[in-house]
Amino acid sequence: MVVRENFENSLQELQVKMEEMTQLTVESLEKAFNALKTQDVELALRVIEEDNEIDDLEEEINQLAIWLMVKEQPVARDLRKIIGAIKISSEVERIADFGVNIAKATIKIGSGNSLMNITSLEAMKNVCITMLNKALISFFDENMALAKEVGDMDDEVDEYSDVTYKQLTSHLCEKQEETNQLVQLLFVNRYLERTADHITNIAESAAYLIKGRKYDLN
Amino acid sequence: MNTIVIDRKTVTDKSVNTTEQQKKIAVKDLNLFYGEKQALFDVSIDIKEKEVTALIGPSGCGKSTFLRTLNRMNDLIDGVKINGKMVIDGEDIYQTNDVIKLRTKVGMVFQKPNLFPMSIYDNVAYGPRMQGIKNKAELNKIVEESLRGAAIWDEVKDRLKSSALGLSGGQQQRVCIARAIAMKPEVILMDEPTSALDPISTLKVEELIASMKKEYTIVIVTHNMQQAARVSDKTAFFLNGEIIEFDETNKIFSMPSDQRTEDYVTGRFG
Repeated sequence: MVVRENFENSLQELQVKMEEMTQLTVESLEKAFNALKTQDVELALRVIEEDNEIDDLEEEINQLAIWLMVKEQPVARDLRKIIGAIKISSEVERIADFGVNIAKATIKIGSGNSLMNITSLEAMKNVCITMLNKALISFFDENMALAKEVGDMDDEVDEYSDVTYKQLTSHLCEKQEETNQLVQLLFVNRYLERTADHITNIAESAAYLIKGRKYDLN
Repeated sequence: MNTIVIDRKTVTDKSVNTTEQQKKIAVKDLNLFYGEKQALFDVSIDIKEKEVTALIGPSGCGKSTFLRTLNRMNDLIDGVKINGKMVIDGEDIYQTNDVIKLRTKVGMVFQKPNLFPMSIYDNVAYGPRMQGIKNKAELNKIVEESLRGAAIWDEVKDRLKSSALGLSGGQQQRVCIARAIAMKPEVILMDEPTSALDPISTLKVEELIASMKKEYTIVIVTHNMQQAARVSDKTAFFLNGEIIEFDETNKIFSMPSDQRTEDYVTGRFG
């Protein structure tokens, strides 16, 4: 017989909600980036609308976590897991907000002028999505090696960000008519760099769950 | 007739006296047998002065047996055999014949309030009277101080001559604590002192324990893990007669070192 079967089921329910929230956030980032790439304002608007669903999931995770603390009085690993769920859902919600910010930048760029080459921004977005999936798996599977990998990938994103920043600012003088687009793309560069930082915080929550002490992976 | 056989591995080791003076209680390689059945296995633990130490573990793990070895209550059980060292204030308590003196120094509070069928005053004054204190003023002072020390004075000061058995369970347990304090002990052992009490009385006793540690060294057996987390400085986890882990309470309940401790405190045992 599994002792505390109900509690185990509730922890599983918490994990399912976190997986769902992460999945929606990955989709939001992908859609926001596709909207940017294809200058699809309609799709960008949809990203903004759908963010409510992610916010609602964060609220549900927090409510369930608080109720489990009251009802089950968790200690040790259980407590760290529940604290982790609260912290991670807040980080994921913030990451989804960056998706919304990219969508807003897309709307500001509009569909008039053709878009500049955003290959390096796309590469950053891809690394971020890989990081996000790894960070969550490191938490669910209590895999320390994966958490450290996420920290290393954050350095990769920072390098991409530096290169992209230099490219975009160098165009500012050459293509003054594209100033609006360039400024918005600089913002997108910043959003993706911050996304990677928040994902690294998730990996740090995973490390705390596994080792019971604070790790600085940034 | 009760018999007790004390068997020691090392009875003349003086190192404890010189190197472990900070420790109120030093236990080394303690084994206890009920007849042929061994109940404690090589238990070693150091308990510091004026700290609260909680003993936790599943039923039958030896925590209450261990608690009772601290004031030789197991002497009252037939066929008990103990070896190892149990040193309190530098003295091996199993080498002394003065058990009365030991039990004056090491008081005990039990699971259920066990007041005598007499007045509140007489219950608290019982021990001091047995020690030969007859002076009325002195007894009054001891009774008041003890009841104040047990945070029950204000509730009973106007009915000291009423039967103690008319009090609520929580009040009775605090009078039991007052009765223990009246003997001016240095160590107080508590064997599940709140398991028969309602939640509010339980919290009152827990508050009392927190305030009492300024003056006393307290060892408490509890099945309530939240209680152990709330009241104790250190926690020892017992399993099958062994101490599996002994550490800061904070550590035991947040990041235990041993998987068995983790399984127990998170309720995954069984």
